[in-house]
Amino acid sequence: MLKTPFNKLHHDAGGRMVDFAGWEMPILYTGIIEEHKQVRHSGGLFDVSHMGRVWFKGKDVRRFLERLCTRRISDMQPGQCRYSLVCNEAGGVRDDVLVYRIDESEFMLVVNASNREKLLGHFDEIRGDLKVDIDDRTMKTAMVALQGPKVMDLIGKFSQEIPQLKRYRFVTKGVLMVKALVSRTGYTGEDGVEVILPNSVAGMAIDLIKREVDFTKPDAIIKPAGLGARDTLRLEAGMPLYGHELGEDIPAWSSDLSFAINLDKAEHEPKEQFIGFDAVREQAEKGTARKLVGMAMEGRRSARQGMIIQRNGEDVGLVTSACLSPTLEKPIAMGYVDSALADNGTKLDIIAGERTIAAEVVGLPFYKAKK
Amino acid sequence: MNPPDDRTYSDSHEWHKLDGDIVTLGVTKFAVDELTDITYAEMKPAGTVIEAGGSIGEIESVKATADVYSAVGGEIVEVNPALESDPSVLNSNPYMDGWLVKLRVTDTAPLKSLMDAATYSSKHQTS
Repeated sequence: MLKTPFNKLHHDAGGRMVDFAGWEMPILYTGIIEEHKQVRHSGGLFDVSHMGRVWFKGKDVRRFLERLCTRRISDMQPGQCRYSLVCNEAGGVRDDVLVYRIDESEFMLVVNASNREKLLGHFDEIRGDLKVDIDDRTMKTAMVALQGPKVMDLIGKFSQEIPQLKRYRFVTKGVLMVKALVSRTGYTGEDGVEVILPNSVAGMAIDLIKREVDFTKPDAIIKPAGLGARDTLRLEAGMPLYGHELGEDIPAWSSDLSFAINLDKAEHEPKEQFIGFDAVREQAEKGTARKLVGMAMEGRRSARQGMIIQRNGEDVGLVTSACLSPTLEKPIAMGYVDSALADNGTKLDIIAGERTIAAEVVGLPFYKAKK
Repeated sequence: MNPPDDRTYSDSHEWHKLDGDIVTLGVTKFAVDELTDITYAEMKPAGTVIEAGGSIGEIESVKATADVYSAVGGEIVEVNPALESDPSVLNSNPYMDGWLVKLRVTDTAPLKSLMDAATYSSKHQTS
């Protein structure tokens, strides 16, 4: 199994390690619910080094990325991040990515760990004769997410500039004599940053944080949090996850992510169309059979991915993600239902073995952080 | 938390404690640690007759749902009322306050083929 530069830290902190897309990663340290609440109330430190980090540079880099991404790229400012989908020809989703514009001719993409190798092949395939250098630095770099309402106060002890960053902006900072990329982004629904830095200084960076915060103290501002909490946090925040809400066979337009799909991008410089455009345009024009919705349930019993959703005894959808929300203390789920049943307030039944769970369509997100 | 030696253990991580013709049944610390935080438990109601090896209900964590089985047949005479108000009692105290059901049994023979605490412990390291 692949190990991130923080592997020892996970073991030292009592992490329960699992195989995640070929990487040995902590699912939890002390408990998913405890770590979830720590992030909502104060702050959590996540190792997300397993995610893919790929740099793109060259004369045709914008054309390449416009071809790759559903979202417009060329009007991004240096120092800006944008969420985008990468589609297949049939209008399904190959992956969802975060695009960073470093300068005029250099970009970086953060991609899902489980899709990295598939995407590297795809990049090569669609490059054609475009002049783009593709540099996968996943194994040479580390990435951590610091998330929670008290994270920015802590960051303020190291930098005056970073707390001034707007959401979805980043800076390149000198940290420990090397360059680190710090973005005001995340996948938890909380304020915070994600930091990408060379492997060689990953351990020292953690020591720097440890000088300010003793992780072992009950009232520590930040504590390590595992992938289990990351999943329940993103679900409360209504954020989709590849393999659940997104997939090669799920129409991109049905995923409630139209903000990340620019159907008019070919009208703008450099007039490059994204792969899957024809199929996605048709989805947008004709509508999709099913749509992604949020669902809330009574009681404490959670639905599970793959459970069938019914209405009046007819199958009308499938659950894609579900948990007992640690913040709301009630079951929440996302899933795809027939488009006619996607309005808020629609009553649905989720089939859980011999039992039926009564559910109601609700707007996403389930949870929004206070400003 | 070591498994107590006053009861017997199944491969599917249930414990069975016999007292007269009543078997109290629960799950092991190893099982609840594997499941992570227990958020919900739903046992079949009192009065339900269970066959040996049958499911007595489900317990659910943030990550997964698991069936719970009884090695002995019998009638459920009581479901732990604490499960409804605070299912996390399974995490904190699976061998005492976190019991699941009490069964009235007629044939206790299947209990004899289960593991004792030492055998169970040696097979499943508990934290």
